[in-house]
Amino acid sequence: MPKISNLEELKKLREKSIAVTAARKEGKFRVIIGLGTCGIAAGGRKIMEVAMEEISKRGLKDVSVETTGCIGMCQNEPLMDIVRPGEPRVTYGNLKPEDVPRIIADHLVNGNVVEEKVIGRPE
Amino acid sequence: MATFRSHVLVCGGTGCTSGGSDKVLETLREGIKANGLDKEITVVQTGCHGMCEAGPIVIVYPEGTFYTHVKPQDAKEIVAEHLLKGRVVERLLYKEAMHSEAVPHYNELPFYSKQVRLTLRNCGYIDPDSLEEYIARDGYQALAKVLTEKTPEQVVEDMKTSGLRGRGGGGFSTGMKWMFCAKSPGPKKYVICNADEGDPGAFMDRSLLEGDPHAIIEGMAIGAYAMGADEGYIYCRAEYPLAIKRLLKSIGDAEEAGLLGENILGTGFNFTLHVKEGAGAFVCGEETALMNSIEGKRGMPRPRPPFPAIKGLWEKPSNINNVETWANVAQIMFHGPEWYASYGYEKSRGTKVFALTGKVNNTGLVEVPMGTTIREVVFDIGGGIMGGKKFKAVQIGGPSGGCLTEEHLDLPISYESLTAAGAIMGSGGLVVVDEDTCMVDMARFFLEFTQRESCGKCIPCREGTKKMLDILIRITEGKGREEDIDNLIYLGTQIKTASLCGLGQTAPNPVLTTIRYFRDEYEAHIFEKRCPAGACKALITVKIDPAKCVGCTKCTKACPVSAISGTVKQPHVIDQTLCTKCGACVEVCPFKAIDKK
Repeated sequence: MPKISNLEELKKLREKSIAVTAARKEGKFRVIIGLGTCGIAAGGRKIMEVAMEEISKRGLKDVSVETTGCIGMCQNEPLMDIVRPGEPRVTYGNLKPEDVPRIIADHLVNGNVVEEKVIGRPE
Repeated sequence: MATFRSHVLVCGGTGCTSGGSDKVLETLREGIKANGLDKEITVVQTGCHGMCEAGPIVIVYPEGTFYTHVKPQDAKEIVAEHLLKGRVVERLLYKEAMHSEAVPHYNELPFYSKQVRLTLRNCGYIDPDSLEEYIARDGYQALAKVLTEKTPEQVVEDMKTSGLRGRGGGGFSTGMKWMFCAKSPGPKKYVICNADEGDPGAFMDRSLLEGDPHAIIEGMAIGAYAMGADEGYIYCRAEYPLAIKRLLKSIGDAEEAGLLGENILGTGFNFTLHVKEGAGAFVCGEETALMNSIEGKRGMPRPRPPFPAIKGLWEKPSNINNVETWANVAQIMFHGPEWYASYGYEKSRGTKVFALTGKVNNTGLVEVPMGTTIREVVFDIGGGIMGGKKFKAVQIGGPSGGCLTEEHLDLPISYESLTAAGAIMGSGGLVVVDEDTCMVDMARFFLEFTQRESCGKCIPCREGTKKMLDILIRITEGKGREEDIDNLIYLGTQIKTASLCGLGQTAPNPVLTTIRYFRDEYEAHIFEKRCPAGACKALITVKIDPAKCVGCTKCTKACPVSAISGTVKQPHVIDQTLCTKCGACVEVCPFKAIDKK
């Protein structure tokens, strides 16, 4: 670690370090990817990679990327759920990697649900 | 800096490490790599989570899924199921002792939900070897704030306002103690951390040192600034190799980052810190003996006054606090003394960490606000007594403390309330005792410990504890005499008054409190030659009730000394000349036909 020679540098280092432990709590915003056997077979992992890339590219804070097992809608995989604080959980289905940046931008960041890709609202 | 979607935390405390958590960690890392997940998931080794009986512990974030008793083969399953497919491995979840319901999330466990973890906030949450992670959790912000915004006098005042009292057992106001040392003339002064935790069953300080070493370093640096010291020692017992390793690493990292050493954060404040390994003498936990030991002399206490604040290490003004006390300092300075004082009860402010052990379902580290009742600690957090047995007592404060009974269960824990009941806060050992424990035998156990650890310098402690122990051994062997109880009380009172240091002054406590609350057990041993708990081997016989015995032969197979004989389907008998009274037969008998009394 470089030498910290004053308060300002310590503060900067703290800001930078916060990301290190940020994933250790459930974020206020959640992106949940279906990664059961069906999800994996339909390309869920790629969806997750794109989602993670998009989140880090935009420097989004307080977002946790979680995985879940098969929820019984295998024909609609890959599935991705978005949860914004205080809003109902929305499930997107039949996703292609190129759909993901749009959902992240419109829904996760700006709160506008991308209706054409929605297949359900579980809660 | 790489970000990961998921952090897998593996406990690297001493308890979990001895349970094989190193291997678990390795297996997880291998599995993650083999499945190509190493760019999205990271594995972190943390300090103790406190729930040691459920170890090795693995927590998967961000969900906070809490896995217990994880073995290397289970680690493979966690990778294949949870990390790869997002399916929680149900069978590894924590199950409540009382119900058999699985609890998936860390913060929903009853063990944690009743706790207030201020001192332990980073234990089990960060990688103790990572300065970066400590800084992410506001680490060294308090030191920076103090050095740039506060005068040493203001820091001492803040400590007084916080109401923090010595967590090593004495309970003396930390702010007052700092003030005495701050007022002593310099220029050379020392701050010392007492990490010679030696009470049987106590492991609060070890877990803090292993789980959050930077918190202690930061606390000591703040103390050094407040009192005008430029050098410090952490006196840690050599039996804590992991704690020492992590301390040395952390001190090295802090020096490299300019948080220790010369001109810290450009403020002109200098502070160097050393680790001194103790050689395993209990008496070195006493402050003056500890300082002798650092100086390279034999670890023996010296009379006070002069107090360390006047003449301490190498005759220079010194301040000594225990690990838990130091660990609270940075948070008090960061959040403000009023914040800390908002927790607690009457004159005891803040929280206290207890090492909960003995016949309780959830053993481990527990941090509760002062004023929490013993019932809440033992039954709500501890999950009640093992095997549904009856609660008998808690021994609080280790070999220097005393026992409390059922009538004290609703006593709010504070320095004053415990002292009034005949026990002491001590460093925080809490041993739960059930109906099968003999109180005379327990008093003997603790006295045997202190007697062996007496340094021999003063006669009341050296000779007095020996005489008391002789009497106790005699009583447990069925050779007790009528005058024994009175003699124990007389000797105990004398030793408490006349001993030089805290070891002797508190050594009779377990005996005196067990006489106070369980005098009937002493009397049963002495007058009826009977051990009511069935624990003192000289006073019990193991017998088979021929009316209940069906001759199933289970006991003959269980007996390690072949003392049981008989024909199948006929009542069996125990040869009393061979029987070692181990009780193995009692446990296996399906008909409860064997009695140990």
